[in-house]
Amino acid sequence: MSMNTQGRQTTPDAITVSEHETVSGNKGLAQSEKLIFEIGTPRRSGVDFPKLKGTKSRLGHMARTGKIGLPGLSEPEAMRHYVRLSQKNYAIDMGVYPLGSCTMKHNPRLNEKMARLPGFADLHPLQPRGTVQGALELMDELSHWICTLTGMPVVALSPKAGAHGELCGMMAIRAALDAKGAAHKRRVLVPESAHGTNPATAVLCGFSIDSIPANDAGRVDMAALRAKLGDAKEKNDVAGIMLTNPNTCGLFENDIIEIAELIHGAQGYFYCDGANFNALVGRVRPGDLGIDAMHLNLHKTFSTPHGGGGPGSGPTVLSEALAPFAPVPYVEKHKDGWRLVENADDKSFGRTSGTSFGRMTAFHGQMGMFTRALAYMLSHGSDGLKQATEDAVLNANYVQASLSGEMSPAFGGICMHEALFSDEFLEGTGVETLDFAKAMIDEDYHPMTMYFPLVVKGAMLIEPTESESKAELDRFIDVMNSLAKRAKAGDAEFFKAAPIYAPLRRLDETKAARTPVLRWRQDI
Amino acid sequence: MRYLPLNENDRAAMLDVVGVDTVDDLFVDVPEAARLDKLIDLPTHMTEAEVDARLTAMAGKSRAAGDGPFFMGAGAYRHHIPASVDHLIQRSEFLTAYTPYQPEISQGTLQVLFEFQTQVAMLTGMDVANASMYDGSTACGEAVLMACRVKRRKKCVLAPGLHPHYAAVTENLCQYLDIDLDIHAPAPGKDVDVLDGLDKDVAAIVVQSPNVFGEIIDLEPYAEAAHAVGALLIAVFTEPVAFGAIKSPGEMGADIVVGEGQAIGVGLNFGGPYVGLFACRQKLVRQMPGRVCGETVDAEGKRGYVLTLSTREQHIRREKATSNICTNSGLCTVAFSIHMTLLGEAGLRQLAAINHKKACILADKLTAINGVELVTETFFNEFTLRLSKPATGVVGDMVEAGVLGGLHASRLMDGHDDLLIVCATETNSEADMDAFADALKGALS
Repeated sequence: MSMNTQGRQTTPDAITVSEHETVSGNKGLAQSEKLIFEIGTPRRSGVDFPKLKGTKSRLGHMARTGKIGLPGLSEPEAMRHYVRLSQKNYAIDMGVYPLGSCTMKHNPRLNEKMARLPGFADLHPLQPRGTVQGALELMDELSHWICTLTGMPVVALSPKAGAHGELCGMMAIRAALDAKGAAHKRRVLVPESAHGTNPATAVLCGFSIDSIPANDAGRVDMAALRAKLGDAKEKNDVAGIMLTNPNTCGLFENDIIEIAELIHGAQGYFYCDGANFNALVGRVRPGDLGIDAMHLNLHKTFSTPHGGGGPGSGPTVLSEALAPFAPVPYVEKHKDGWRLVENADDKSFGRTSGTSFGRMTAFHGQMGMFTRALAYMLSHGSDGLKQATEDAVLNANYVQASLSGEMSPAFGGICMHEALFSDEFLEGTGVETLDFAKAMIDEDYHPMTMYFPLVVKGAMLIEPTESESKAELDRFIDVMNSLAKRAKAGDAEFFKAAPIYAPLRRLDETKAARTPVLRWRQDI
Repeated sequence: MRYLPLNENDRAAMLDVVGVDTVDDLFVDVPEAARLDKLIDLPTHMTEAEVDARLTAMAGKSRAAGDGPFFMGAGAYRHHIPASVDHLIQRSEFLTAYTPYQPEISQGTLQVLFEFQTQVAMLTGMDVANASMYDGSTACGEAVLMACRVKRRKKCVLAPGLHPHYAAVTENLCQYLDIDLDIHAPAPGKDVDVLDGLDKDVAAIVVQSPNVFGEIIDLEPYAEAAHAVGALLIAVFTEPVAFGAIKSPGEMGADIVVGEGQAIGVGLNFGGPYVGLFACRQKLVRQMPGRVCGETVDAEGKRGYVLTLSTREQHIRREKATSNICTNSGLCTVAFSIHMTLLGEAGLRQLAAINHKKACILADKLTAINGVELVTETFFNEFTLRLSKPATGVVGDMVEAGVLGGLHASRLMDGHDDLLIVCATETNSEADMDAFADALKGALS
């Protein structure tokens, strides 16, 4: 049996095929679909072009003569290929998608429509500023909403995803330390429960990582934190802390203000991972907690679609202390309209005065996501955003309370927007968290986040979001409790065999990693 | 509120199950000093029609590329995207799915990624590709970090034809990692300068073709020079359609190929979201950053796909990961892949041929004007002109005439304000080109 480093089995056990086999291998609406390389040919095309006269070439000797091999399909064939493939995906629009820390909330379709308005979508990023005033206005208005909701003075819009936003925040911290000549401050404190991006990001900024343990209540161990900071605060080497709040256990760090004071007392900066800001919008402003930088995931909190893994968008708010180091470009409002400050050494009227740490992306960030996020904010308004936060937290607590009889809450008490369970209730059943998750698939649910955070054994992190109705949650709760009872009743085989009704059975991840096949080849 | 299914009865019943009296009791862990007791000072909720009207009015304040003659490139390209592409990427199953962490119910996304990786590898002439990066510029930065890991060296040379924003993004990413970047100041016709003075400290040279001025660069001498000192050649591109007409970087000996995929399937989007393409040689694959999809079998032996090689990634490796990236450009890869499938090799070649011809026709029209000189001898669909007047003013004057007639080079780099970077694609009509020629003539007279 192969395991990954989280102790999760990555090779499925052999099973007996006992099902009724069809002639074609299809099962009703569940159609098998070959690769485009097996059904298309390089000569077929689903696009028509006009004939153009003239044979002149300015390619020099660089014309491509060899075969490329790219297969083509006519439009009807392409439609079928991709529609059939789409039907092998689970999606929020199909049912509960309770992936903890991923915030799978409803994606309003108005936002899709707005993002496609030609005045936003059909703009070249380098068009003269007089021709893009509507787009710059949108970016400025989004900035206003973000700054007001977070209570922070400045936002850098350009980071392309959450991890990119983390990088933005940590680079601002590094630049601020460098500006002070604090070359000895290179140690970043990261809780053990942190998402793996946090340490990976800090390393990109030349920092080293020092882990802080969690206490029994799933929060930062304050004694350990004080010990890490030491007594000689003026001279210590701590650059800052990276803390997720609410943390990855779904709990509010109730000592957060004291943590900020301690870090600031040590001349360090406070980076807050804002992946879980959806638990706070309208109820708590991070600016009131003493943080210096925080990224927002527009694709979590503000409902821009996850799209099967991206694109994301990670605007990053910065405190007054870090604002001068914000990346370019950014939007500034002037008497004659909006301008873009594009160069790191530009002396602008605004924030950087030539101190920006640099440029993070070729252009201005994820405009398509800005439009969707602003449409979401305008639709909800300050009242709706607060209600959404409260409903998300209520739904999570309702799920936690309703499952606590059969499953094992990791910490108990009140949670924020997600409920964390350990695998304790499965002890001795022969059923692992992975098996439990796969059984949920057969019940037509996407599994919760599993084996994360690492500080809880066999973790199951459930985030229902505010998009679920009570009736939908009640069905989900009923299924989860029934599955838990079944596991405890000793029906391990039921779980080990799952999923049976998905398009595929469990996949062999070990084989995939050991002999990587990352592309189609004719000879395979 | 139309997006919130709970009503007051539900909320009361649920609070009862939780065992608290009010919703405020769910926020008890928030320090009192940080609890907001009133609504944040922002407008309250709006109807769908109200939001639609408000944002439509805002969008109307911009001049969309399609509103008139448009000839801009320099890293972002306007092509016709078949209607079926946008329809398919709006299917709920692609649009509203998460990262395919549960492969049994994510085969749609995973198979598209596997097809995408193969298409990118074929297009660039490389062995393998990842499941995409944020955009071309961040892919370029990640390629430099990868070359330094592979070669255990800490120096890279960036050619003067590299898009200046790509150089800036790379410089930003490397600035705290003790990596020495030799960034040549942007200039047309100067790429060959990087061949001088290479030594055994160099991990990679980074050359763009077609470069930011539109010049097509024969990468073979660069590959040879890099390999002679044990370095890698990182080939960069911003216009993937070019590879329907010109030799791929892989054919010319590149070790890593990175670039922007936006031109196929994605649209201008005022700069994002885009899709960074990243391909490399097979032997380098375990140092490749980013998400990657691989083929395997399920428990019944059926072919299927999973995200793989995750031992390189941050969620397993934490501070030892190859990169902090934990996303790809998901839906944009789907759009790219669908558009590429609709084109096929024959369609891509036709599209490329039309782009090139349009650019040749346009270059002839524009260089017939007094005070206009062609700087780039070879080009694909983009070329650079030297003007007799500062290009910044000329671009402004052409906007007055309703023409977005290229990009003044000084927007991207210091100096060179006599240079205008111009792009033509299949979307430009003969009438557009004549309008451009008239506007340019007017601006220069």
